[in-house]
Amino acid sequence: MESLKDRTQELQDIMDEFAGAKKNASIFVKEAAEKGDIVIGSFCQYAPMEIINAGGMYNVLLCGFNYDPPIPLAETELPANLCPLIKSSYGNILGKTCPFAFYSDLIVGETTCDGKKKMYEMLSELKQMHVIHLPNIPDRERSLESWKEELIRFKEALEERFGVKITDEKLRESIHILNQERSQMAQLYELGKLDPPAATGLQMRSVLTAEYFMLDKKNKLEKTERMLNLMREQWETGKGPYKPDQHPLRILVSGAGIDGVVDKTLGVIEELGAAIVCYEGCCGIMNMRRPVDESPEADPMTAIADKYLEVPCAVMSPNTRRFEQLRSTLAEWKVDGVISITVHACTPFDVESKKIEDICAEEGVPFLHVRTDYSPGDEGQLRTRIEAFLEMLENNR
Amino acid sequence: MRYIGFDVGSTCTKAVVLDEQGSLVFSKVVPTGWNCIETAEGLLSELEAQNIHKKDARIVATGYGRVSIPFAHKTVTEISCHGRGAAWLFKSDAFTVIDIGGQDTKIIEVKDGRVQNFIMNDKCSAGTGRFLDIMAGTLGVRLDELCELARQSENHVSISSMCTVFAESEVVSLIGRGTNKEDIAYGIVESIASKVWGQLGRLSVNGGDFYLSGGLCELPFILEMLSEKIGTSVKSAPLARYAGAIGAALYAQNMK
Repeated sequence: MESLKDRTQELQDIMDEFAGAKKNASIFVKEAAEKGDIVIGSFCQYAPMEIINAGGMYNVLLCGFNYDPPIPLAETELPANLCPLIKSSYGNILGKTCPFAFYSDLIVGETTCDGKKKMYEMLSELKQMHVIHLPNIPDRERSLESWKEELIRFKEALEERFGVKITDEKLRESIHILNQERSQMAQLYELGKLDPPAATGLQMRSVLTAEYFMLDKKNKLEKTERMLNLMREQWETGKGPYKPDQHPLRILVSGAGIDGVVDKTLGVIEELGAAIVCYEGCCGIMNMRRPVDESPEADPMTAIADKYLEVPCAVMSPNTRRFEQLRSTLAEWKVDGVISITVHACTPFDVESKKIEDICAEEGVPFLHVRTDYSPGDEGQLRTRIEAFLEMLENNR
Repeated sequence: MRYIGFDVGSTCTKAVVLDEQGSLVFSKVVPTGWNCIETAEGLLSELEAQNIHKKDARIVATGYGRVSIPFAHKTVTEISCHGRGAAWLFKSDAFTVIDIGGQDTKIIEVKDGRVQNFIMNDKCSAGTGRFLDIMAGTLGVRLDELCELARQSENHVSISSMCTVFAESEVVSLIGRGTNKEDIAYGIVESIASKVWGQLGRLSVNGGDFYLSGGLCELPFILEMLSEKIGTSVKSAPLARYAGAIGAALYAQNMK
């Protein structure tokens, strides 16, 4: 009995470490920068972590998920009707409220949308920048070569700027580590398949975000491994996040820009008793299940390019991989309802939400789309819509 | 045992009571005002005066102020309550209910008394009761007068801005141009109906009747305009503004 109690505590401690990762990372990054280590700030997974890590550099996610002070500040220069992620990212650098950007030696942008592209032009006057140009069509025949060249250009820019050599051997090592990280995330999502789930959606989110903030990768891999084992064990002994006879509504969260609206969307969904069993979008299961090719005959840069071409981001057209991912997640995770979340002025995801809705209709899964931003003004209405959606699912069970 | 439903809306608070047999024995609407707790307590003491005591009752609260009603045994969202209440009021199994409320417009698809799908506007007041209120104020008339003016319009104008703030300046510039009040009034009502029609497009409604609930149900011209836009007759009932409260009372009846 005593040992079970210890395990509950141990799991709690690991979860606390994940939740506090961002806070600790700011100190880590400051010390790293002072020691002369190279810190790369990025906004999105299209800045390939494999290449950055292979150069012996730390990759941190820049702040872009809060409203005040960055957004009002950014609006002095950017249009108000721009996506909050772009405004927040820019405002945090402009106002020096993002410690990660402050200590970054280089910021890596990616042309994921027009708003970001133009914002990066302004950002380049404040910080050293490298912008990676993405293909629009996720098709190997049409895009793989040029995309690979673009990534090689990025690798060479890092080598030249920081006087390092990013060898194939180092790339392979870093690919191996990050593949393990992906595989662990996939395993965490798999815990959401159980009924009741062995992990909550908020726990999943916390681990997902920690990817960018637990910069000691070895520690992160070990902790995650332990966490997964403890979660499985707790679930088997009836001590998971839900009581064994509890069958919460199973929600799949779809969309993008969610990190800035966690409390008023994800938090409310789980506070009202439903379980977020998985996520869908660029951080969906497909991305976690599919590793970068590690086979000895594979050229690492080609393998990286090939993998990232598959990211099911709505900037890709047509984004068929995302639709396949959605269909299989609905079935595998036995989803009761999909809540799609997009932020204002995120054109690609907003437009694509109609396709997501159509697929849900075809699969007979109820769908709710909420469009929001980082300001607190719509908390009441969002809560009502989410609550009504959950009531509807419950009444039709 | 009595079953009490409170619908605390942004503009009005509605209370209804169902008796043991499920008959409606009390209904009242009052302005919500600044303090929705006091408003609800005022209604509760009125119930006391009529010998309906909260200790012998199950109380369910709905509406945006549902969480601030301290004596409610349960809260249910206004979407579920409007669906349930409308099914009771209109005695229909498959229908769509449109609720144009003070701060939200909701379109709810109901089948077998259960909500199947719904649409609710974002935080913006476009196409809500508040929009009509503000526009009536700009024209210096009451809401019912606005509707009657609109009916007399001979040269229809359209208000293209859906945003309340921009629509108001559009109305002001129409006034400045000497446009007839009747025609402007028509444009205002038409824009509400258009917004509802646009939202309906996002909901794949599968047949059935259309009903209007909420505070605008007593305005025949609104019903006519909605019917014209949607292309099918939109019906209502005198008690339709109580649909949410009735739904809440029905949920109270189901409580164990």
